[in-house]
Amino acid sequence: MKPQSHAFKANVAQALTNEPLKKALGGIKHGFVANRAKARTNLPEFEELRDEAKAVKEHTLAHLDLYLEEYEAKVSEAGGHVHWAPSAQNARDIILNICREADAKTVTKGKTMIGEEIAINEHLAKADITPVETDLGEYLVQIRDEPPSHIIAPAIHLTKAQVESDFRQLHTDLPIDRVLDEPGQLVAEARKVLRERFLAADVGITGANLLIAETGTSVIVTNEGNGDLTQCLPRVHIVIASIEKTVPTLEDANTILRVLARSATGQECSTYTTYTTGPKRPGDPDGPEEYHVVLLDNGRTEMLGSEFHDMLRCIRCGACMNHCPVYGAVGGHAYGWVYPGPMGAVLTPSLIGIDEAGHLPNASTFCGRCEAVCPMRIPLPKMMRQYREREYEKGNTPPLYKLGMKLWAFAAKRHRLYQALTGLAIPLMARLGKRSGRFRTFPLAGGWTRHRDLPAPQGKTFQQLWREKEAKS
Amino acid sequence: MAKIKTPEDSPTVGLFVTCLVDLIRPSVGFAAVKLLEDADCNVEVPLAQTCCGQPAYNSGDKADARELALNTVAAFEGYDYVVAPSGSCAGMLSHHYPELLGDNPDTAARARAFADKAYELVSFLVDVRGMKEVDAEYMGQVTYHDSCAGLRELGIKDQPRKLLASVQGLKLDEMEEAEICCGFGGTFCIKYPDISNAIVEKKTANITASKTDCLLAGDLGCLMNMAGKLSREGRQMEVRHVAEVLAGMTDEPAIGTKGGDS
Repeated sequence: MKPQSHAFKANVAQALTNEPLKKALGGIKHGFVANRAKARTNLPEFEELRDEAKAVKEHTLAHLDLYLEEYEAKVSEAGGHVHWAPSAQNARDIILNICREADAKTVTKGKTMIGEEIAINEHLAKADITPVETDLGEYLVQIRDEPPSHIIAPAIHLTKAQVESDFRQLHTDLPIDRVLDEPGQLVAEARKVLRERFLAADVGITGANLLIAETGTSVIVTNEGNGDLTQCLPRVHIVIASIEKTVPTLEDANTILRVLARSATGQECSTYTTYTTGPKRPGDPDGPEEYHVVLLDNGRTEMLGSEFHDMLRCIRCGACMNHCPVYGAVGGHAYGWVYPGPMGAVLTPSLIGIDEAGHLPNASTFCGRCEAVCPMRIPLPKMMRQYREREYEKGNTPPLYKLGMKLWAFAAKRHRLYQALTGLAIPLMARLGKRSGRFRTFPLAGGWTRHRDLPAPQGKTFQQLWREKEAKS
Repeated sequence: MAKIKTPEDSPTVGLFVTCLVDLIRPSVGFAAVKLLEDADCNVEVPLAQTCCGQPAYNSGDKADARELALNTVAAFEGYDYVVAPSGSCAGMLSHHYPELLGDNPDTAARARAFADKAYELVSFLVDVRGMKEVDAEYMGQVTYHDSCAGLRELGIKDQPRKLLASVQGLKLDEMEEAEICCGFGGTFCIKYPDISNAIVEKKTANITASKTDCLLAGDLGCLMNMAGKLSREGRQMEVRHVAEVLAGMTDEPAIGTKGGDS
């Protein structure tokens, strides 16, 4: 997908007037947020578990080369193939090649954000191979020709009414008078439509929540079971995963899984946690004949050891966006690429550049809720600030804003000048605002007064009053 | 025989007024002075202070932020404590200065020593000075907004509630989502005014639903944001810094009002 992060302000303007979106986002606090809070309370050792999970990832990242090599060797031993993809283009080419060799007409897909990152659907479609999303949320956004708006709930921006209307438009072979009032009825309809697609697919593509080095296993966590059908039924299974998904051992994977579902949906563990190691073995009742893993770098080794290193601990639970007031106001599409919310505000500029994604790390109040809930304790606000510093150094800060900041800083660094200026300006401003104690408009404060009144100063500054008081005594 | 006072009995506190209190609402500064004096502190207000530098720091302008930070550290070097009536500024002083000035051994040591004695006002009163109650009266129902930096960087949650519970006549009713950001975010509300507005709208809805008469918080930036939105929405809500109520200094008109129309 072509990034639209540079158009963040325009995207926001659209989002803020989108009433169904507002309604849909309003549900997050009763769902994800409330459920995570409950899961956290129910597990007394949750905070210690966060530290353990963080330590697992820190250790892995410090020895990533070794664990990746071990992982590759184990996959090969199990009869699978590992393909190294330095860039998104490499990954697309590798996947298309595998699909062509398999003479694929349709490809089913489990939910994969790496698939979005490399825009695999468009690439396959161009080559006349039909990609079919099988995760319900992904299916919904695919039929609407939209990108996902959340990393674990791709269609969180949609209301039930919108889904019903889409289904009636698309599934025209089903009875017109069927009842689609309840979420369960919508799910049943999607399941019915997708069942045929599962059986017809030549290749199944899934992502991976974890890659386990000691066994060469890929792990997916899902709640719909679609991932299992995607990877078991077709003749060829392709796993696409980014390199930082690796963990050393099965035990380490368990540590991370224990914080993952709780942080994401508030579940103790997801409905399905599926471990896949290589293709079908002789005597296995099912499974693919070919098993491929495409390991994507796409800028991640550049992040290793950089000031954005900690971002590579991210396990894609989505807790940061669920708890972000900015995400909650504008939704995921406004961020303009694959990864929204606080994690996207750091990861997006890391992967596609600060020139395209400069708004993202700026559009944060630094309220710190993201870091407070992040199971991997990633210092997201700190890294957003580091991107602001990079932007500032590059001269990307808007000129008028920069000029204002420079003038302010010039005065603030000279307390006598500052106090002389404010000692003149503030009492004047107070006199102007005396009638109501506030301003409905004020020069250069249009952004503020467009939506709210500006409280007027009380009169003299504290420094003036304090010096007068001191002089008297 | 009278007990000889040690510095710990009556420490000298440098009041970091904060730029917003200095300019917009000096009465909060005087309330802070009264509370600190009630807690047996000698309060001084160094002249060589302006702003903690947070706007520059959060805008990526590290050079200006560093200079402002060094000015502030120098201005408060002689005091036992530095206290600010703001969680956001106190977080800057105690958490971010060591980070900002950490790259050079000399400034790192000075920033660390400074950070170790820097506190937000209400948590200083309760946690350091052991204040358990205040001598104040406020007849009314209030609700309290937990400002983000105070809550999440400094762990300020119970301290203001504890002291508010001792104010005669005051009843605290918690609003929904008291811990969620009001959308101020310093320069954020200037850079992204429409997102800021969408966030503060949710906050004012929660404040209004609390059915109280008065909104309190410990940060003037957040208070100006919420007061400005409430008055634009035509709500009759008194908005004050928590220090004003704790000091019993509520004669001044509330934030964004002239006398009598709050």
